[in-house]
Amino acid sequence: MRWLWIDAILSHEPNVRLVAIKNVSLAEDHLHQHFPEGDDGPSQPMMPASLMLEGMAQTAGILVGSVRQFKEKVILAKVTEAIFESDVFPGQSIRYDAKIDRIDDMGASTIGTISRFDHRGGGWIDIGRTEIIFSHVDQNRAGLDLPEHNFVFGENFRAILGGLLPKT
Amino acid sequence: MSHDEIFKKVQGVLVDALGVDDDEVTPTARLTTDLHAESIDFLDIVFRVEKAFGFKIGQGELFPDNINDPKYVTDGVVNAAGLALLKEKMPHVDFTAFSADPKLEKVSEVFTVDSLVKFVESKLKAGAPA
Repeated sequence: MRWLWIDAILSHEPNVRLVAIKNVSLAEDHLHQHFPEGDDGPSQPMMPASLMLEGMAQTAGILVGSVRQFKEKVILAKVTEAIFESDVFPGQSIRYDAKIDRIDDMGASTIGTISRFDHRGGGWIDIGRTEIIFSHVDQNRAGLDLPEHNFVFGENFRAILGGLLPKT
Repeated sequence: MSHDEIFKKVQGVLVDALGVDDDEVTPTARLTTDLHAESIDFLDIVFRVEKAFGFKIGQGELFPDNINDPKYVTDGVVNAAGLALLKEKMPHVDFTAFSADPKLEKVSEVFTVDSLVKFVESKLKAGAPA
């Protein structure tokens, strides 16, 4: 299994906004642990909010990385706000809409909206919002010994980044 | 903007950034030791101060980013060159207590709420848009 919590990029407004989608499938093992059958009743598979936060962090992180052509190591520094108002179930889709609030040499702050789509009807409904701060870690490493290659936007992300990657 | 108005805004920034209560944010409260700010909170505080007061803060302007350079530290203690650099770069901070025992690991303790207020005052006085 790969640590990828978005399936595809839907749109990209350079330096401003990136929207990604994740389809939630019952084939994903982790859903069966969240929550399994127990004393409280039958199993209730649903997308963990912590992994929706990760999906938004990946979306916003790609947006921040793209501003400087993925030359900076973009590390999640702080989640200043994460509010989830509704659950997401298998068969539904999640949209992560990330915008840059501010960016400079030190890092960036981002604002995100999470929406849910029910394929049986109802359209997109906003279910959560986030504020996430990223550090350009090379500018703030304070003595940390980090590897030189860009371990953030590595092989794992290449399938998703596609056209966002700078041409070599 | 008066000193009190600036203090109130800085207080709001720290309440939001650090999840502390209003009454904990006193002028003498130290950001790290008393309000439990971690290194990454400083980035958050910089962003929020910029937004609250409408000016830009350059890298290393509010908090030092190169003080752990071996040039400025001898055996874990900030040396004379390091102290001179800190005082020059950060006139908003009172280094009196730190100078008596200038261990590098304690440098973050010099940042008090009052030093943040003084920094904002100096930026506004220097003509940064308010």
